[in-house]
Amino acid sequence: MGKRSKVIEKEEVVVRFSGDSGDGMQLTGTLFSYTSAIFGNDISTFPDYPAEIRAPQGTISGVSGFQIHFGHSEVYTPGDYCDVLVAMNPAALKANAKWMKPGGTIILDVDSCDEKNLVKAGYHTDDPIIEDKLGDYHIVKAPITTLTKESLKDMGLDNKSILRSKNMYALGLVYWVFDRPLGHTKEYIQKKFKKNPLIVEANLKVLDDGYNYGNIIQAVTPSYHIHPADIKKGKYRNLSGNTAVAWGFLAAAEKSNLKLFLGSYPITPATEILQELSARKDLGVKVFQAEDEIAGICTAIGASFAGSLAITTTSGPGLALKGEAIGLAVMAELPIVIVNVQRGGPSTGLPTKTEQSDLMQALYGRNGESPVVVIAASSPTNSFDYAFYAAKVAVEHMTPVILLTDGFIANGTQPWLIPDLADWPEINVPKVDEGMKDWNAYQRDPESLSRYWATPGTKGFEHRLGGLEKDAVTGAVSHDAMNHQKMVEIREEKVQRVANHIPELEVIGEDDAELLIVGWGGTFGHLFTAYEELTHEGHHVALAHFNYIKPLPLNTYDVLKRYKKIVVCELNMGQFANYLTMNFPDLEYKKFNKIQGQPFTVVELKEHFKSLLEE
Amino acid sequence: MMSVENQLKFTDFKSDQSVKWCPGCGDHAILNSVQKAMANLGYSNEDVAVISGIGCSSRFPYYMETYGFHTIHGRGSAIASGVKVANPKLKVWQITGDGDALAIGGNHFIHTIRRNVDLNVILFNNQIYGLTKGQYSPTSKRGFISKTSPFGTVESPFRPGELCIGARGHFFARCIDKDLKHSVEMMEEAAGHQGTSIIEVLQNCVIYNDKTHNAITDKAHSEDRTIKLEHGKPMIFGKEKNKGLLLDGLNLKVVTIGENGVTEGDILVHDAHCEDTTLHLKLADMEYPDFPVALGVIRAVKAPVYDQCVETQLEEVQEISKIKSFNDLIHSGDTWDVE
Ligand SMILES: Cc1ncc(C[n+]2csc(CCOP(=O)(O)OP(=O)(O)O)c2C)c(N)n1
Ligand code: SF4
Ligand SMILES: [Mg+2]
Repeated sequence: MGKRSKVIEKEEVVVRFSGDSGDGMQLTGTLFSYTSAIFGNDISTFPDYPAEIRAPQGTISGVSGFQIHFGHSEVYTPGDYCDVLVAMNPAALKANAKWMKPGGTIILDVDSCDEKNLVKAGYHTDDPIIEDKLGDYHIVKAPITTLTKESLKDMGLDNKSILRSKNMYALGLVYWVFDRPLGHTKEYIQKKFKKNPLIVEANLKVLDDGYNYGNIIQAVTPSYHIHPADIKKGKYRNLSGNTAVAWGFLAAAEKSNLKLFLGSYPITPATEILQELSARKDLGVKVFQAEDEIAGICTAIGASFAGSLAITTTSGPGLALKGEAIGLAVMAELPIVIVNVQRGGPSTGLPTKTEQSDLMQALYGRNGESPVVVIAASSPTNSFDYAFYAAKVAVEHMTPVILLTDGFIANGTQPWLIPDLADWPEINVPKVDEGMKDWNAYQRDPESLSRYWATPGTKGFEHRLGGLEKDAVTGAVSHDAMNHQKMVEIREEKVQRVANHIPELEVIGEDDAELLIVGWGGTFGHLFTAYEELTHEGHHVALAHFNYIKPLPLNTYDVLKRYKKIVVCELNMGQFANYLTMNFPDLEYKKFNKIQGQPFTVVELKEHFKSLLEE
Repeated sequence: MMSVENQLKFTDFKSDQSVKWCPGCGDHAILNSVQKAMANLGYSNEDVAVISGIGCSSRFPYYMETYGFHTIHGRGSAIASGVKVANPKLKVWQITGDGDALAIGGNHFIHTIRRNVDLNVILFNNQIYGLTKGQYSPTSKRGFISKTSPFGTVESPFRPGELCIGARGHFFARCIDKDLKHSVEMMEEAAGHQGTSIIEVLQNCVIYNDKTHNAITDKAHSEDRTIKLEHGKPMIFGKEKNKGLLLDGLNLKVVTIGENGVTEGDILVHDAHCEDTTLHLKLADMEYPDFPVALGVIRAVKAPVYDQCVETQLEEVQEISKIKSFNDLIHSGDTWDVE
C-alpha cells in the first residue's frame, strides 16, 4: 500500500453517498456500513430516498442518499453534518452541500457535470464548486464515469451495465479513503450475481480499480483513520426500526406461545413491517392485507377475540381511521397492539419524513373516555424491545397498546447484539382456567384489574362481548348510570396500574444539573449526543427520556421536580410538554419544537441548551 | 360434531338474555331459524362464534348461547374474517343489516366475498335503518319515502344478490323471515358450503317499514310471486305449479306450461353449481311484478377458501424453510462477531 499524504485521525465520522435514484446509492451505503461494522466500529445509518418512485433523473427531487455515522466510540444518531460526501451528480452536490462539516471531503464525479445536468440541478455556471462556495473543502474531482468505462472496456459488457457499475467504483475509492478491506463486499457481489459470472467479474474489477485509484490520487486526497470501537462482545447484525418491530412481535409470540396475527394496509413509512411479517410464514405468522386500515384493525380484533397475539401497523392517517375500532378493543378489553410509525402530517403531509405529531391522537384520538397504553420506541434497535413489551403489556393487561415509532427510527439501522430469547421475560397469558366457577366476561384480576381471556372453542366459557357498555358484575349489556361511571373508572384505573409493571424513569446525568432535557421516542439519539457533548464541555445538564407515555413511570413527578429548568424537546408543537403540564401542572416546562419533517440536529440542540443555561 | 344422543336442542342455543326486538319484528323468526339450524347441524355451543355489526339485527349475538361479538357499524365481516382466519376450526356466523353490510360496511362486504372467507353471513334486509328509527337504506326502492327522504329517494338501490355475485361471490341464497322451514334449510345449505355464504333474508320491520316485502311474502300471493329454486329441479312455480322460466334469447321469460305449446320439458333446470354467473345473476335480479322473486340457493359453487389457503401456504412454507424458530431467523443472513 502506498504512503498516504494526508491522514486525518477521527473519533467518529459521517459519510453520505448521494446520487440519482438509479445510481445504487442505497446498496453502496449498506455495503459500506457492513464493512465498517465488521471492522468493529459502532454505526448508525439512515437512508433518504425521494418521495416519488421515479423522480426526474438528474434533478434535486430525484436525489437518493444513504448516510452512515461510525466511530471509535458509541454513536447514537446517523449524524447531522457529513465529513465525507460522495456526489455522483451535480444535483447530489447541490442537495447536500449545506450539510457538510467545515473542512470535509467531497468526492464528485466530474463526468456528470455537463451542462444539462448542471442546469437540471439548478446551477447557473459551469463550476458548481465555486458557485456553492465550497473552496474550503477537500474536493476530489474524480472522473468516475470515464474511469469505470475504461476499467470495463475489454469485458464485452453493454453500456448500460457498465454505467450501473459506477457505484462500485465509487465504493472502492471510499474504501481506500477509510483504509477498509474489500472482503465483505466482494463476497456479497459473488453471492448476489452468482448467476451472472460476467457481472461478478465486472463489479469486482471496478471495486478494485476504484480502490487503486485512491493510491494514484493520494497526493490530493485525504484519508481517514477511525479505530474500532470498544463494543460489547458477541454476534451482531444490522437492524432497522421497522424490522425490529416485526421481530419484537415474533419474539413475543414465541414467548407467549400465541399465534401472531397481523391485519394491515400498506402505508409509508410503516409498510416494511407488513412486508417483513408477510415473509414469516415459516414462523406461522398469519398476515391479512386488508382492504383498508379499518379492516386491518378489525381483522386483528377478531383474531384477538379468537385468541391470537393480534397487531395492526400503520402511520398517522391510518391511525385516524382505526379510532373507532380501538374504542371497541377498549370496551371489549381485548389485547391488541397498534403500531403507528409517525410521519409528517396532517393529512397526507410529508409521507416520507419524520415527525412526532401523533402523540395526542394516540392518547386521545377516540370518542368517549377511551384509555389505552401508549409506548414509544426511541432507536432502531430498541424498537425490538418496545414491540416485545407492547405485546407483553397488551396480553397481560388485556388492553390495546399503541406503539409509537417514527419514520426516522423506522428506516434507520444500528448494529444489534443478537439476543437470546431465554433472557427475555415470560409473557403470562391471562387465559381462563376450568376451575373458575360462575365466571363472567368482566371478572377481573384484583391486582391488575385485567379481565380473563376466554377464547372461542373453550367449553363452558361462552360469552358475548361488544361495544355496548357492560354490567361490571354480570357482563351483560347495561345502560345503568352508576354502572357506566364505574366501568369508565375501572378502564382508566386498569391502564394506570400498568405503571406498577414498567421500569422507573431513569435520569442520565446529575441530580443537581442546571437544566433537565426531556424527550420521548425517536429523538433520543440526538438528545443524548447533545447531552454527552455538553457534559464533556463542562455544562451541568441531565437527560430524562420517556418510552412509557401512558401510564407515565411512577417516579416521573419526583424526577421532574428536582430540576429548576426543564426543557421538553419534540418534533411537534409541544404535545408531550402539554401532556406533562396536564399531569403535573405545578412545574414549568420550556418547549423546544421543530416541525420540519427532519430530526433535530445536535448542533441546534446544543446551541439552544446553551442559551437556556445562560438565561 | 356430536353424536345423536347428546346433540343439542335448538333451545340450548338460547342465551339467558331477554330478546328486545319489537313484538312482530321479523328478527325473532330468524333467530329461531338459526338456532334450529345449529341444532340440526349438530353444533356445540363453544365452537360457534356469532359476529355482528350495529343495527337492530346486530343485537343477535346477545341472544345466542355461543361465543359472540357485537362489534361496530359495518365492520362485522372484517372482524368475522379475523376470527375465522385466526381459528379456522370455528363456525363463524355473521349477522348484518342492509345498512350495516351495504352502506357503511360495503367495502368489507365485497372484499370478504372476493376473498371467500368461510363465513355464513345472514343479511337481514328490511330496506330500512331500523335502529336509528327509519331512514332509507341502500336497498330502499327508488322514490321510497322515509324520514330522510320525505319527498322520495332519488337513488337506485343495490340488489344484494347482484352485488354478491359481482364481487365474485360463490354462494347466494334468499329466504323469507317467517318461512321458518325454508329459512332453516337455507342456513344449513350455507353452513355446508365452504367459503363466504350470503343469505339474504327478506325481513319485516313492523315499526318503520311494515309490509315492505308483502307483495311477495303475503300468503295469498307468495306462491305466484316467488319461485323456490332447487338445484337440479325445473324452475316451476305458482299455486297451480304451472308457471315456469325459460330462456328467450339472452333473457329469462315467464311462461305457462300448457300454453303456446310450452311443455314441462322446455322449462330451465336450475344449476346452482354452474361456475358461469350469467344465469345466476339474472335469477338473483328478478323482481316482482315482471318476474317472480327467486328464493332458495341461487348460486353455490366450489372455489378456493381463503382461510384454508392461508393454512396450506403456512404448511408449505414451513416444510421448505430453513427458519424453524425465532432464533434461526435472527441468526440468518448477514451477521458478524465482535471479539
Ligand atoms: C359509525 C356509526 N355510524 C352510524 C351509526 C348509527 N347507526 C346504527 S345502526 C344504523 C343503521 C342500521 O340499519 P341496518 O344495518 O339496516 O340494521 P337494522 O337496524 O335495520 O337491522 C345506523 C345508521 C353507528 N352506530 N355507528
Ligand atoms: S325497529 Fe324494526 S327492525 Fe328494529 S326491532 Fe323493531 S321491528 Fe325490528
Ligand atoms: Mg335494515
